[in-house]
Amino acid sequence: MTSVSRINRLTPYMFLAPAVVLLVVALLYPIGYMIYASFLDWRPSQYIGEAEFVGLRNYINLWNDEAFRESFGVTLKFAAVVVTLEMFIGVGLALLLDRNLRGMAALRTIFILPMMIAPIVVGLMWRYMYHPTVGIFNRTLKDWGFEPIPWLSDGTWSFVAVIIADVWQWTPFIFILSLAALQSLPQSALEAAEIDGATDWQKVWHIKLPLMMPVLIVALLLRLIDAFKVLEVILVMTNGGPGLSTEILSLRIYRTAQEFQELGVAAAMSNYLLILLIILTTIMFLYNKGAENRAERLRAAAQEA
Amino acid sequence: MSASSHKASGPAFYALMVCLIIMAIGPIMLMLATSFKTNIDVNDVNVSALFFTPTISNYETVLCNVLWYEPAGDNYCDPTFGRALGNSIFIALVSTAITLVVGCMAAYALVRFRFMGRGVVSMTTLMMRMVPPAVLLVPVFGIWTFQFGLDGTYSGIILVYVAMNLPFVIWILQSFIVQVPIQLEEAARMDGANPLQVFFLVVLPIIKPGLAAAAIFTFRIAWNEFLLGNALSGRSTRTVPVTIVNSITEYDIDWGVIMATGMLLAIPPVIFTFVASKQIITGMTAGAVKG
Repeated sequence: MTSVSRINRLTPYMFLAPAVVLLVVALLYPIGYMIYASFLDWRPSQYIGEAEFVGLRNYINLWNDEAFRESFGVTLKFAAVVVTLEMFIGVGLALLLDRNLRGMAALRTIFILPMMIAPIVVGLMWRYMYHPTVGIFNRTLKDWGFEPIPWLSDGTWSFVAVIIADVWQWTPFIFILSLAALQSLPQSALEAAEIDGATDWQKVWHIKLPLMMPVLIVALLLRLIDAFKVLEVILVMTNGGPGLSTEILSLRIYRTAQEFQELGVAAAMSNYLLILLIILTTIMFLYNKGAENRAERLRAAAQEA
Repeated sequence: MSASSHKASGPAFYALMVCLIIMAIGPIMLMLATSFKTNIDVNDVNVSALFFTPTISNYETVLCNVLWYEPAGDNYCDPTFGRALGNSIFIALVSTAITLVVGCMAAYALVRFRFMGRGVVSMTTLMMRMVPPAVLLVPVFGIWTFQFGLDGTYSGIILVYVAMNLPFVIWILQSFIVQVPIQLEEAARMDGANPLQVFFLVVLPIIKPGLAAAAIFTFRIAWNEFLLGNALSGRSTRTVPVTIVNSITEYDIDWGVIMATGMLLAIPPVIFTFVASKQIITGMTAGAVKG
């Protein structure tokens, strides 16, 4: 009997062990290693033991480095703009198309495509479309008698260009999640509103959106996290340029490590990025708790009515 | 805007849907079209974007060293792509298989058992999801090269991809395992099945749709990943995304050939999308949308 209960007690650990070992060896340990490396002046040709310990120098230099600060700003601006646009367009389209339309299944399937294709390829497609002479946009502009747009050679336009590409790729994600949320709303609440003579706007504002809120916040959180992971699309389209106009942090980390071979500096940058992400997700997480409670109360009220 | 959600809707909504479909697949169609275009036609503004004399020469150039015949007329053959395609397939398949097995076991433990450290493991896994791959670049390069001696090997890349995908797979599978009726498991245990048998013979068959979704997401990331693959792969273990980036130069791009390469890289995800869109959507919404 004792051996059986011991087996039972050990069972969860047995199931968990491979995953924990892999996560510790290949994720947690590297993150610890990165924190250590961020205090070093380290080149890829050296063993980490041979690298000179420089304390907080990398962090302080970065803090005072205007280019790094600009890149930090570009990252925040990029994430804020794409996530806002994607949320508004995605949720808006879902509210608009949440009716029994034939062909909805086809639309959803096709909407998955941009998300499934490799970011590298997405970058290639858009770089081709933005081509100054043979790209589809400038060709069309020319056919219609307009001036061509310097899509990838002008700072402002190239920022717009990478945002359009990201919005194209990821708005469907918000759309699909919002649609699923809408379809799982309690019908009773909507019917009660109908009887009370609520207009479509009132239904959206006072019932649909508040009830969808928990899902929307999760969607927002996932998109926000992913917006900081974007790298390949921009690498292929602009390589951060022209100037620093599209050089988001992950791209700067990549270039600092790969091109400039300054691993310690790249590690310190990674740490800044990680700290930023932790702060953002904590705020979102706390906010989500509040929204969940509100939606729960609303659901309960609807049930009573 | 006055139609309620259950009335049949006017043509305006269908027009909107058609617009959205065109916007979603337009860029992909353009890539497909360009992959059948000669370089001369690509650079000629007078040749239409979609109507031209198609040629398969770009694909012949890309696949030159795995073709069973000698492509006509072409003189230059870059032998890297065939190799890279093989590497990509091998790395993506093996890492997906390992991630799934390890991930569903862990998800099962987190859902079905109460044990010491459960909260910590669960929370850490969730936090790991937000780590951007770029953050792993420096440490993974350093550790894999200097401590594990895994740089340039298949196992090195596979190890990273498994670790990168695990948090996501555990998270997504948890929401499927929760839905398995616990009575089934108890009945199996009554019949004398041990925990492993219960897991493999009772639980796994029920969560097949979840496994399919998790498999597709994992495969997609391993198949598409560039950054860490680039840092870790050697000459002989390079994957397709790495070869694509290496072949892009600042000014002169052979658009036809590169679009053909892009199409070849896009084919497996596109096939998955059409075969398993239902599972993909379920997987995407699982966890975010609670019924």
